[in-house]
Amino acid sequence: MAFPEYQNIFTQVQVQGNPEWGMDDQGNNMMEERVGKPRFNTLVGLFGNAQLGPYYVGWTTLVAFATGIAWFVIVGFNMLAQVGYSIPQFIRQLFWLALEPPSPEYGLSIPPLDEGGWYIIASFFLLVSVLTWLLRAYLLAQQHKMGKHIFWGFAAAVWLFLVLGLFRPVLMGSWSEAVPYGIFPHLDWTTAFSIRYGNLYYNPFHCLSIVFLYGSVLLFCMHGGTILAVTRYGGDRELEQIYDRGTATERAALFWRWTMGFNATMEGIHRWAWWFAVLTPITGGIGILLTGTVVDNWFIWAQEHNFAPMYDGSYGYEDYGSYEAFIGKED
Amino acid sequence: MLPKWFDKWNADNPTNIFGPAILIGVIGAAVFVAAMVVTFGNPLQTASLQTGPRGTGMSVPEFNLVRLQEDPTIEDYYTEEPYIPEGDEPLARDIYENVQVLGDLTEDNFNRVMTAMTQWVSPEQGCVYCHGEGDLETYGEDNLYTKIVSRRMIQMTQNINENWSGHVNAVEEVGVNCYTCHRGENVPSEIWFRISPVNEAAGGWASVQNRATTASQFTSLPSNALEVYLTDYEPVNVHDLESRVPGIPNDEDVASIQKTEMTYSLMNYFSNSLGVNCVFCHNSRAFYDPEQHTPQWATALLGRQMVIEMNQEYLIPLEDEYPPERLGPIYADAPKAACKTCHKGYQRPLQGMNVIADWPELATTEAPVYE
Repeated sequence: MAFPEYQNIFTQVQVQGNPEWGMDDQGNNMMEERVGKPRFNTLVGLFGNAQLGPYYVGWTTLVAFATGIAWFVIVGFNMLAQVGYSIPQFIRQLFWLALEPPSPEYGLSIPPLDEGGWYIIASFFLLVSVLTWLLRAYLLAQQHKMGKHIFWGFAAAVWLFLVLGLFRPVLMGSWSEAVPYGIFPHLDWTTAFSIRYGNLYYNPFHCLSIVFLYGSVLLFCMHGGTILAVTRYGGDRELEQIYDRGTATERAALFWRWTMGFNATMEGIHRWAWWFAVLTPITGGIGILLTGTVVDNWFIWAQEHNFAPMYDGSYGYEDYGSYEAFIGKED
Repeated sequence: MLPKWFDKWNADNPTNIFGPAILIGVIGAAVFVAAMVVTFGNPLQTASLQTGPRGTGMSVPEFNLVRLQEDPTIEDYYTEEPYIPEGDEPLARDIYENVQVLGDLTEDNFNRVMTAMTQWVSPEQGCVYCHGEGDLETYGEDNLYTKIVSRRMIQMTQNINENWSGHVNAVEEVGVNCYTCHRGENVPSEIWFRISPVNEAAGGWASVQNRATTASQFTSLPSNALEVYLTDYEPVNVHDLESRVPGIPNDEDVASIQKTEMTYSLMNYFSNSLGVNCVFCHNSRAFYDPEQHTPQWATALLGRQMVIEMNQEYLIPLEDEYPPERLGPIYADAPKAACKTCHKGYQRPLQGMNVIADWPELATTEAPVYE
């Protein structure tokens, strides 16, 4: 029997009371960098902690937001200028429009503003923004005397970002290799990138990245499902269960050991999840970096390394039927 | 309002009905949908035709089953068998004035072709569309642009049938005549004009793409692919044929991502023109590899060469002949042809109907051969 009030995405327990302000006991004036009066929101509580705020605004936040907004506005106004400052056209074509990197003939030089110069300027702001945000993750973890795992996790994503927009274009000797800033155009770039270099699916690092991506999804589902299933026995107190294993952990462990002969631990599953997630952009970035710099045609490379099989059989529909039969003119 | 026994029974038997109600609702809806599908058929049914070895996923799916039904323009097609000449009839060039094409025809056949052209191109206006309102004696005059253009179009049709048989008769005799493009309209559908650059305040690569236009087939791919690839013999291939080839993107012979998007745009146009997808011609795992192409790839390759010749030799040079309303909306350029002008979304124009068997006059630039 299904229990829709139980098997749904919304948090079942909300805690609302005196808001939590965070510590301010180190003599480092941390409160000065927090803004916004904390409050509670029941709707937000359905998805996570019901408390909203206070929000940390240090110098890294200000720099990251200022440069990020600069990037956003440059991209947006370039799109707006491309449609002649017509707001209806801007809305209509929004998903089609883009700020494009320079044409290939400009190499690594700075082109005129309307032929990619704005792209270089916007990219510089985005670079500062993303790297400052990365630093922010480090500093916040340091202030909380936490490990730097989230910083390194974000750094893995930033690695892929830097490969796409900085390292690979520099190695290729042309800014034209960078990814355009636009909804559909960046997808065009992705497809063209794969086609140009002989099918990226034959890039082994792309394969690895897919494995880790899909693996992350699987692990996330297995772990979330397991913890929700043993919450009734205190399984949601995962960290305590690492060193004080209770019946929740025992049941979860037994379930998986009987299912597949092996089980992670309350500690190990988080290491699995973190590494799978982090390795997705790390391996993906390596694959992108090698494309066009070391390997120019991945399908031929795969044939040379004996993992792209050839299929037997004919090509063309004549051998499988006829056009006339297809359109119903004969049997 | 409700009977007391009902309220009492409800009070005595408190039941959470939401869970079961949702469950029964979902299962009931699924059963209903399944019954409807079984009874009336799958509304999203597709047909597909295999085009390559098993395991490659090569097939031509037809999501639009209407396209598998008869092309509605076939019904309106006019044709008439030729009158076999006995050898001693006077020829059109001797009977009429100013006959620059089709002069080797007998009078019967000449008028037969003229009648058919009227049916194919100007069924509403009739002869006057090209010959004007004057008497028959004035039919030799070249006063109207329509007559000058149609004379050149007859030569183009003859050239296609004579020299591009590898494309238009690739599988069996099909050929082309006026109706292949015109379908009863003065101006064929699916012609195209120059529109690039499409973006303001941008130069170079950024100016020719990222707009939903008919030329880009409403994608954000470049809108100038037809301009670049169907008016000149610019290479469309972008692949390196070895696993490692030195060079940087601004080298002359190194294809860039941008160049690849141009090719992609052209290929997307091919697909939409024929109602097929990539694997109609390619094994999509290695687009460039000739060993994994279907025979249709070669047909399409020839088709592109044919279209370039049509545009270069026949259509673009007519630019000065047209009145302004026939020219392009932005650059006042001559209307041009491409795949879709003939194919109209079908794998074969008019679904492979033979449109040349009855018209030997249009099959050759020389005197027609009747059989």
